[in-house]
Amino acid sequence: MSLFNVFNIAASALTAQSQRLNVVASNLANAESATSVNGGPYRAKQVVFQAIPMGTPSVTAGAGVVVREVVDDPSPLRRVYDPRHPAADKDGYVTYPNVNVVDEMVNMISASRSYQNNVDVMNTTKAMMLKLLTLGQ
Amino acid sequence: MMDKLDHLFQGHAAALKLASFRQQLLASNIANADTPHYKAVDIDFAAELSRVMSGRAAPGTLATTHPRHLPAPGANPLGARVLYRTDVQGNIDGNTVDMDRERAQFMENALRYEAIVRVLNTEIQHMKAALRTQ
Repeated sequence: MSLFNVFNIAASALTAQSQRLNVVASNLANAESATSVNGGPYRAKQVVFQAIPMGTPSVTAGAGVVVREVVDDPSPLRRVYDPRHPAADKDGYVTYPNVNVVDEMVNMISASRSYQNNVDVMNTTKAMMLKLLTLGQ
Repeated sequence: MMDKLDHLFQGHAAALKLASFRQQLLASNIANADTPHYKAVDIDFAAELSRVMSGRAAPGTLATTHPRHLPAPGANPLGARVLYRTDVQGNIDGNTVDMDRERAQFMENALRYEAIVRVLNTEIQHMKAALRTQ
């Protein structure tokens, strides 16, 4: 039944969107982390989505989505004057992450809406398949 | 008798196949709503259905006239031509998925599918009634 492929497509989107939400959570949690494992301050991360063909090789009907990579945000880091901070440089400035909290909130809402959309797609398709199973009864 | 039954259900079967194929395309559009450079796709349901019903092959498909001929890769079972949607509001990342439209089309397609199943069910009930002995 080719409708089963809809579940694969929607499931790939659910995985990708939850990965995006994961990155948002990481960014928000580390919005004030002036040091990280690699020594410097934390850098905001962004996911990059990519469409991939889904279905059997002979029938490439739909396209699912995967996270191709997680990239570091290249925008400049935030510098705050705080000479008492242990991570302050010789001029008294502390470098904080380039996490924009407003951007992250927008990203979070967008990810959760997309997630809901794909759950709806799955529910509708399930109803269609159940209808088909009652055929002839 | 059986070939007549087959003939009766053939049109509905084709419509169901097309609707489930279209459902996959619309699910792809919704799944890729945030993918940069993704172009929304769809089929012309009415045109494809009338083409399938008239028994014509899709334009540009390779005919397999020998049992050992290989089917062309990427061909879908009914040979429906997948078209790109023209976008209403352009997106800066090159994505042409308009979620309102996709959701509406998705809902419409699901309803269409259920309608076909219902009509098919009625046909089967009629056939059963005709076969029943008094």
